[in-house]
Amino acid sequence: MSEIMLEIKDVYKAFNPGTINEKIALDGVNLTLEKGDFVTVIGGNGAGKSTMLNAVAGVWPIDSGSIQIAGMNVTGLPAYKRASLIGRVFQDPMTGTAATMQIEENMALALRRGRSRSPFRPGVTHKERDRFREQLKILDLGLEDRLTAKVGLLSGGQRQALTLLMATLQTPRILLLDEHTAALDPKTAEKVLAATEKVVSKDHLTTLMITHNMKDAIAHGNRLVMMSEGRVILDIRGEEKAKLTVEDLLHKFSSVSGEEFASDKVLLS
Amino acid sequence: MDITAYFQSLTPLSLLNRLPAGIAQGLIWGIVALGVYITFRLLDIADLSVDGTFCTGGAVTVMLILAGWNPYAAVAVALLAGLIAGVVTGLLHTLLGIPAILAGILTQYALYSLNLAIMDMKANQAVSVDKFVLMLSSRYVTYSIIVGVVLVALIIAALYLYFGTEQGSAIRATGCNQQMAGANGININLMKVIGLALSNGIVALAGGVMTQFQGYADINMGRGAIVIGLAAVIIGEVIGEALFRKRMNFALRLTFVALGGVIYYIVVEIVLWLKLDTNFLKMLTAVIVAIFLAVPYLQKMSRSSFKKAGKNAQRAQDDGKEV
Repeated sequence: MSEIMLEIKDVYKAFNPGTINEKIALDGVNLTLEKGDFVTVIGGNGAGKSTMLNAVAGVWPIDSGSIQIAGMNVTGLPAYKRASLIGRVFQDPMTGTAATMQIEENMALALRRGRSRSPFRPGVTHKERDRFREQLKILDLGLEDRLTAKVGLLSGGQRQALTLLMATLQTPRILLLDEHTAALDPKTAEKVLAATEKVVSKDHLTTLMITHNMKDAIAHGNRLVMMSEGRVILDIRGEEKAKLTVEDLLHKFSSVSGEEFASDKVLLS
Repeated sequence: MDITAYFQSLTPLSLLNRLPAGIAQGLIWGIVALGVYITFRLLDIADLSVDGTFCTGGAVTVMLILAGWNPYAAVAVALLAGLIAGVVTGLLHTLLGIPAILAGILTQYALYSLNLAIMDMKANQAVSVDKFVLMLSSRYVTYSIIVGVVLVALIIAALYLYFGTEQGSAIRATGCNQQMAGANGININLMKVIGLALSNGIVALAGGVMTQFQGYADINMGRGAIVIGLAAVIIGEVIGEALFRKRMNFALRLTFVALGGVIYYIVVEIVLWLKLDTNFLKMLTAVIVAIFLAVPYLQKMSRSSFKKAGKNAQRAQDDGKEV
């Protein structure tokens, strides 16, 4: 048996409970990732994909159930206390970086994820600078020569690539990608996805990647999970995943959930 | 006749005589500006506690010196008192969920009572340079300017070094992008509390220095400190950016923020020299701050607004008719 990296067990989460706007976002989610799993997550709007990622990241406490990362029960920990285990890239390229700070400062902040921040140690050291330069070269965006440039000067694609690098500077136990290419133009999205593949395969990172794009969901990763109404309704892996087509997926969805895959956004992308 | 008499009474020499005292006071307000800069610019919080902590610093300093303390030690305790007041504002905000601006107002309001209590329930406590050894005094202006410059330089150096450390960077990240900070394991609430404490500590220190300069602490000495501090921050940044543009680094920025306080007080001295009614000084300051705060927004609006879009559309339509 290989090591379990992430275990989401019977997780429930309702927003605005007890009000007319009550929405059960997670309705008993179960999902287990083994070490090295690269799982793509698809599902219509409101299926609970982002909510599941936020539950793992600890954006808010869940109502019931439990979440374990690398054998550690993190259910009771706020986001900043779990951060040492988790790398995150957000949908909005503006979210993952600090715009008014330099590229090297952003990377240095990410390198210290999960460590206490001393008022006596320097924010960035010379040694780290060399390391950052090497790592930025992997992205192939010319950022290695702009270490002291403010991140606010970078394009959305560059910022997203930088966020990806920052999320993995300190090898995370689990990498959470929340539609991290959705806000980019197709060409840039492709580049960032290629960078994702590179980074993930280099360190065999255990990864959860939400996407709206079925083709991407099929092309990447070794497992594909489909969500609907706050539950995991499909979990395709191995051989079956490798042979999967978009048509198969649509067919499977309607047979499992008894309805058409309703989101236009998914069909058209 | 009256006008000529008025202009004749305005001798350049009398302005020149006034300036040094203005510069000395301006340096002390420059320290306040450095404190305000931490919350207003780095943490993105408008913290109104400083109106209270400036006086707290003065009150603590005056009472300790009257009790026979060394003035430097007294100011150090004032700094500590400011730190604690900042922690209170920070906890009201982070632990109890009170909006930052209200948390600051509450602390400031509570400090009024506390400041009176510190000053033995008197609204004013004098500390004469004749009876005590002080760090500086308005009686010896040139010496006071030197002390002021050294103090400002030390504080700028300390802030420059601190905000380059791991913790300082974490505070800046918190002020810039909370989600990013959280995702990188930074305890956002802790950073806010530390930033608020630091800011109020510096402002209280400035209050302690001001008390020695003017020879007394007054219960109302902090009134409007936040506005003057903001004015100094804004004036300094505008001038610094005009002179250095993109070469404006953090050390220069801090220097100009402190210089903003000096420039503000030079303007005040000119207003006094013109024999304008000083009663309107507060209004003038508020107007200046309002204008500078509005400029970035108005600039954005002038580039793109519904009004402009409407006009453009109208013009395009009119052109179409003519053809």
